[in-house]
Amino acid sequence: MKRGPLARIILAIIFFGFVFSPLIIKRVESSRAESKTRLDAASALARHGFYLQEVSKAAGVDFVHQAPTLDPRLNHIMPQVASMGASVSIVDFDRDGWPDIYVTSSKEGAKNALYRNQHDGTFKDVAPELGIADVNQAGTGVSMGAVWGDYDNDGYEDLLLIKWGKPELFHNDAGKGFNRVTEQAGLPPWVNANTALWFDYDGDGLLDFFIGGYYNENTDLWHLASTKMMPDSFEYAKNGGRKYLFHNLGGGKFEEVSEKEGISSRRWALAASAADLRGTGYPDLFVANDYGVSELYLNDGKKFHEAGEATGVGFAPKSGMNASFGDIMNQGKYSVYVSNISEEGVLIQGNNLWVPKEGTSANELKFENLAREFGVEIGGWSFGAQFGDLNNDGTLDLYLTNGYVSLDRNKSYWYDFSKIAGGHSLIIEDAKNWPSMEGRSLSGYQAKHLWLNDGSGKFIDVAQSAGATDTYDGRAVAFADLWNTGALDVVVANERGPLLIYKNAVTPENKWIEFALEGTTSNRSAIGAQVTLYWNGQQQVQEVSGGSGFAAQNQKRIHFGLGKTPQIEKVVIRWPSRKIQTLTPDSAKTGEINVVKEPS
Amino acid sequence: MSVQALPMNGATEKAPFNWGKFFSLDNKYIAPMFITTILVVGNLSFGMLESYKKTGIAIVASLLAELILSKIYFGKWPILASAYISGISVGILVRSPAVWPYFVCAVVSIMSKYVLRVNNRHIWNPSNFGIAVLVFLAPETVATLSIQWGNYLLPMIVIWCLGSVIIARLKRFHITGTYVACFILLAFVRSFITGNPWQSEVAPLTGPMYQLFIFFMITDPKTTVKSKKWQCIVVAIVAVMEMILRLDQVVYAPFYALFLVGPSALLIEYWFELRSRKGVSVARATA
Repeated sequence: MKRGPLARIILAIIFFGFVFSPLIIKRVESSRAESKTRLDAASALARHGFYLQEVSKAAGVDFVHQAPTLDPRLNHIMPQVASMGASVSIVDFDRDGWPDIYVTSSKEGAKNALYRNQHDGTFKDVAPELGIADVNQAGTGVSMGAVWGDYDNDGYEDLLLIKWGKPELFHNDAGKGFNRVTEQAGLPPWVNANTALWFDYDGDGLLDFFIGGYYNENTDLWHLASTKMMPDSFEYAKNGGRKYLFHNLGGGKFEEVSEKEGISSRRWALAASAADLRGTGYPDLFVANDYGVSELYLNDGKKFHEAGEATGVGFAPKSGMNASFGDIMNQGKYSVYVSNISEEGVLIQGNNLWVPKEGTSANELKFENLAREFGVEIGGWSFGAQFGDLNNDGTLDLYLTNGYVSLDRNKSYWYDFSKIAGGHSLIIEDAKNWPSMEGRSLSGYQAKHLWLNDGSGKFIDVAQSAGATDTYDGRAVAFADLWNTGALDVVVANERGPLLIYKNAVTPENKWIEFALEGTTSNRSAIGAQVTLYWNGQQQVQEVSGGSGFAAQNQKRIHFGLGKTPQIEKVVIRWPSRKIQTLTPDSAKTGEINVVKEPS
Repeated sequence: MSVQALPMNGATEKAPFNWGKFFSLDNKYIAPMFITTILVVGNLSFGMLESYKKTGIAIVASLLAELILSKIYFGKWPILASAYISGISVGILVRSPAVWPYFVCAVVSIMSKYVLRVNNRHIWNPSNFGIAVLVFLAPETVATLSIQWGNYLLPMIVIWCLGSVIIARLKRFHITGTYVACFILLAFVRSFITGNPWQSEVAPLTGPMYQLFIFFMITDPKTTVKSKKWQCIVVAIVAVMEMILRLDQVVYAPFYALFLVGPSALLIEYWFELRSRKGVSVARATA
């Protein structure tokens, strides 16, 4: 060194400043974060404008998800393989105007449950008497999720049940029972599926459906032909299950058209959702894949075109486990939230919030990941998430559940997991090469995240202070106004854990409006109908969904929070038939559920 | 990472450009070209990088830090191959959704060469130092590359072969070879001790992170001891230290092992040199 001691001292000071800068950054970031202190209901209401209270017991719901027991050759890693299947979907199956809840269990012989809303704050399981409880019989596989859509436009929502096993379609007989129509519909004999959704992809007024395979459909997880059934890469796997697109032919018949329509993938799909991202009138399909990149199938009404890489959402491979849409900036554009894995000290994938890039739209649509900028990036081993206005302040908030395997609190499987995950496909794809879990946890007992949208581009995590304090291994989240009070309640399905119902108490200062849509020319469920609310000089768009998040389906009713002094300008509904209907302020009542039928 | 046959004092050679030499394995830029190939092939084929922007930031920060510090402290413009390798290594090996770790890691890596010096030489491999510091102090934000080469054997074989040839021409294959042999041997020892399948213990070696580690980090001529025999012994100790850390389930065992063993070996070597110099001085004085 040519310079003297002073220069070297200055250099050393700068150097150690850089070395310890991560600690400074950490301190600054934690000082900006919301306090983790738990608040009572009154304090939470005053601070956040809402409070969640877990009421499942009081509501008469005591459902506990049970996991399957697969081939004994997987015993050493059973907790991580048999780690999904807790799902929740909201449906008003009997058209009484009150949301009901369908939940799945995954143990061989375990019963699924359909909780009918009793209108008095309680629910009653009616699945056994209606014929959709005993659906996990040995040899047929076990439930992984369920989505509801009125495929025959008779006014009653029908049930599509996906399994690691035989998928099932149940026709809803006027809310009085369910009739199994799987064979007539032409469903495949076996799909190891973790995601499905209803949508009318071609706009013909009949609901079609998509099923995304996870494990290869030739794999019977109870009777393995080979232990080479794991993903062949942690981030580039293409040995997963195939995808299915069933086109509704009418008369209860469907045709499988995935290849013909441009959907051909063997990635490991975990979550799918559809929304019209480009204003074409046709729903685009977003698929979040585990062990790889996400896929975005743009729909031109005739065919799907995979545009994940072109739009920016399918470049960096992660562990996609959720796909949900939300107009988070009240600009009439959807962002997409994809959950991934973040574990301190091992793997920091970060969740993705794909926000449309300024100046891009239609066929030039591009997304950029702004999860870090918005503050919704780190969520642990993240699973299901949903957007919704939980405090009715006029902006969409985000609820995320998480946690993978909670066993021994003091022992972690992460080291062994990371070791094998980096291995070559010849090693990683064979389950017998995986180290034994031996009762260790893998991202277990994680705190949940409930990010409040402040309307100016930041989300603040208020989960602990707002009452979302459980640490179960969360999988599916669904939003519904369960008690017709104008507040979105939160239902969470947990793996090997209880179904949680968080009842939402919202400050009455904040107003709301809801829309219950019914298609006539369009599919009767109105899945795909877009409602754009214009008020106080801003707009927000929402869409009736046939499945979103992870293994979940929100209520079909559209809920808007409006803030304190709303002045509604207009409401524009674009039906799947592409008819445009505009409601005036006189015909859109705040504080009410507005029932809207598609004009003929 | 290493600066194969590149002096840090930046001595430049004025000679007519020789295309034959440029494409030969004797070219001193062969290591930078090799790591660039890994980067480009890895990303174009499998999207290995977090993003071009982050890797670009790491490379630019590294180059700028080297330029500024060399000019200030040595009074001359440096040859940038070393800083380029450090920057690109940080860009590949660091995995973080944030941007700042790429900048901080690159700057810390380069600065360590100028601050942490003994006997007028730096004692930590720059990017090893930067990465070890970052994963230790910012585990909530930073991880390292832990994935595969898209599961194709061919790219892995090509890189192993090409890397081996280049390292052999640079006369440092004995270091890589010793380490790989020790790792495999100790993987079986770990398997015996833990009861885990041996395949899971060998698995990390098949990933690109280790390809960078064994071809670029442990062979760094500036931060390895001088004698060939002791280079082999030291890298074997690195492998043993790594095994100890792995038995304690330390995820970043290789980085920490090199971080601990590499400078220790250099300091011991320096101590021996001092002692022998003193011995010579005393002998001369008493003669």
